[in-house]
Amino acid sequence: MAATIDLDDVANVELEARSRFTHRALVCTSTGCLSAGAANVRATLEADLTEAEADHDVQVVPTGCPGLCSRGPLVTVESRGEESTLYQYVDEDAAHTIVREHLVGGAPVEGGDIVPPDIPFYAKQHQVVLAYAGRIDPDRLEDYVAEGGYRALSKALTSMTPEQVIEAIDASGLRGRGGAGYPTARKWELLHDAPGEHKYVVANGDEGDPGAYMDRTIMDSDPHRVLEGMALAAYATGADKGYIYVRAEYPLAIERLERAIRAAKRAKLLGRSVLGTGFAFDIEVRVGAGAFVCGEETALMASIEGRRGTPSLRPPYPTERGLWGAPTMINNVETLANVPAIVGKGPEAFAAVGTETSKGTKVFALAGSVTNTGLIEVPMGIPLREIVFDMAGGIPNGKAFKAAQTGGPSGGCIPAAYLDTPVDYEHLRALGSMMGSGGLVVMDETVKMPEVARFYMEFCRDESCGKCTPCRAGTVKMYAFLDRICRGVGRKRDLQHLESLCRTVRETSLCGLGQSAPNPVFSTLEHFREEYLELLVEDEEFLPAGAAPTAPGAPTDEAGAR
Amino acid sequence: MSPRNGRPNVPVTIDGQDVKAFEGESILELARRVGVPIPTLCHLEGLSIHGGCRLCLVDTGDHKLKPACATEVTAELDVTTTNAEIREHRRRIVELLFAEGNHICAFCVSSGSCELQDLATEHHVDHIHYELGYERHDVDASHPKYVLDRDRCVLCTRCVRVCDEVEGAHVWDVAMRGNEARIVAGMDIPWGESSACTWCGKCVVVCPTGALSFKGRATGEMRHDPELVAFLARARDEGEWIDRRAEA
Repeated sequence: MAATIDLDDVANVELEARSRFTHRALVCTSTGCLSAGAANVRATLEADLTEAEADHDVQVVPTGCPGLCSRGPLVTVESRGEESTLYQYVDEDAAHTIVREHLVGGAPVEGGDIVPPDIPFYAKQHQVVLAYAGRIDPDRLEDYVAEGGYRALSKALTSMTPEQVIEAIDASGLRGRGGAGYPTARKWELLHDAPGEHKYVVANGDEGDPGAYMDRTIMDSDPHRVLEGMALAAYATGADKGYIYVRAEYPLAIERLERAIRAAKRAKLLGRSVLGTGFAFDIEVRVGAGAFVCGEETALMASIEGRRGTPSLRPPYPTERGLWGAPTMINNVETLANVPAIVGKGPEAFAAVGTETSKGTKVFALAGSVTNTGLIEVPMGIPLREIVFDMAGGIPNGKAFKAAQTGGPSGGCIPAAYLDTPVDYEHLRALGSMMGSGGLVVMDETVKMPEVARFYMEFCRDESCGKCTPCRAGTVKMYAFLDRICRGVGRKRDLQHLESLCRTVRETSLCGLGQSAPNPVFSTLEHFREEYLELLVEDEEFLPAGAAPTAPGAPTDEAGAR
Repeated sequence: MSPRNGRPNVPVTIDGQDVKAFEGESILELARRVGVPIPTLCHLEGLSIHGGCRLCLVDTGDHKLKPACATEVTAELDVTTTNAEIREHRRRIVELLFAEGNHICAFCVSSGSCELQDLATEHHVDHIHYELGYERHDVDASHPKYVLDRDRCVLCTRCVRVCDEVEGAHVWDVAMRGNEARIVAGMDIPWGESSACTWCGKCVVVCPTGALSFKGRATGEMRHDPELVAFLARARDEGEWIDRRAEA
């Protein structure tokens, strides 16, 4: 074997091999479809093809996620010279029919359960990060290379200086996809300028918001894209080691990433001399242990080092003192997955999509009361209405839209009046919500907003690490007030205490978890205060109007405890 | 606090008072040196910075309040150590600490020698608006000399740090998370069975509340002595135990 692989050779061999098949059946084997029975569908397809002696003409490919998770298992049939067909709700019977009529018979199944190619769910997407998801076998390096993978890395290593790579990221306007929206190039510059023999690049795959699965899908559908993004980040910043921090609840992503790392090392796309250029970079997967707070960068680093995953004070920032004291940069998985496209196709193409301040695309995980749940990648600035009513297909069973929740437990609810808001960092923040990592939970009219706030507060209470007082004790008490209100035994004073406590927890908590834990309360109170008021029981007016709720000597009811 | 070289030369304004700070000095160190009181709980001179209690938060003009214990002074910094808003936050944090544990002074060995009690007096916490959380945890009385009452613990981690950093035994750690978080000996074994414990009692003397106490003390009889750590740290820094006769 030659010292380094020739990417074009690999791609040509792969494309040549593909062209020998008349049909290719792409079976989604991402987490959603697997749980709906995709493994059985794949086995059925393969068995039937062998029986029909058609396995030399038809290839069955296990792929990543095509996005339309609620209609799984999904099977895409690609035919030579024809448009591909996407079959939904494929079970064993449907698999038999697909083999008989389409893969062997040569024509799409008559009356089959086919997703129209022009449905808004797909038509309105603009795929950068998810471009290959659902089209390639995530376990095969060759598939990624055949689509053009690792060309950006090769281009950067052979024809660009590290500074030029950072300039390209800067020109693209890429901002952190983990939620806060910090300019990515700024972070890279900090690590680039930090002195140090060793530097680390970390991919944050500790996605934990309820209803969010963007990073999981990126990692289990296109793991090499993450590796390539990390390698580019390392080249640009002078890092020599990378970690991918993945939560233990994502076993499939972990398995596929580890396989991808092994394949990339064998192909010398990672290791002591990447593509023979002398650039050394190695990646290791680190698995979390079930703590949401480890998505916070200082807690994440503590966890990687093998310590208790609690946040620590910043400064020093990770780029000054990170893993084992060395400069470290932490980027979200989706942020890094954007990098190969920016470096490969140039920053202009990337920046052409999106709004003035938010460039590119954003992956959203649709969940809740919508017809189509699943994963979409949309241009920044798309109105929320288009996502909910066109792409997600609106609210099922004739119910009315009530609110969309973005940003998970750190975010907030967006009511119907703001459905035309463009989805970008600034507009969502102005509404008291946030972009977050991309979870989008749609709620219909039957949902009670105080209960939504209670749900998220319960989540924060259970996930608080316990290091700082306001978050540890405050989330418990905020939950208790919300619970009293939801059970219909809350008084006006409970609501007052809840609000004042929310302010203190927001202002005084150590890390983002505590600082943002009151956000769902604030945002539901802002847009749906009357729902809280309706639940309160009559309160005898002990206090003179305008008196502070905590005035010394004020009589307490049984809720006030002592 | 190790002795500082030279003269303080960083100009800082603290509560309207123009003072000079040492380079690298924390806001808390400066405030204590110039006589401006800032309440603290987890901080203890001689130990590493924890930053968890959030009582020493001050306003530096930044969009977020900063912990004075962990924030270094910078030239021309304008610090407000207290205002109505900060006082309200601090009072509420003290109240939360009371509400989450068993802090009934009338029954406590440490009444009269308790930093939480002092904070409550200072911040006028005379009743609690929140549901009381105890009892959540158990008492560990397995050690022959000392007792740990976890419901009286405020998780300041002074015991964890003093045992690790000063005594070098590392008996203590924090286990579990959030509301369940608690101090454990070893891998969550009874304290009395810990072979690492040297019986030095440093954890007991630095405890700000009645969570750690000497066995056999009745209500109000326990006396803590947290300043001991600063004395030890300073003495160690200055090499007071090194036998210098050989050198001479």
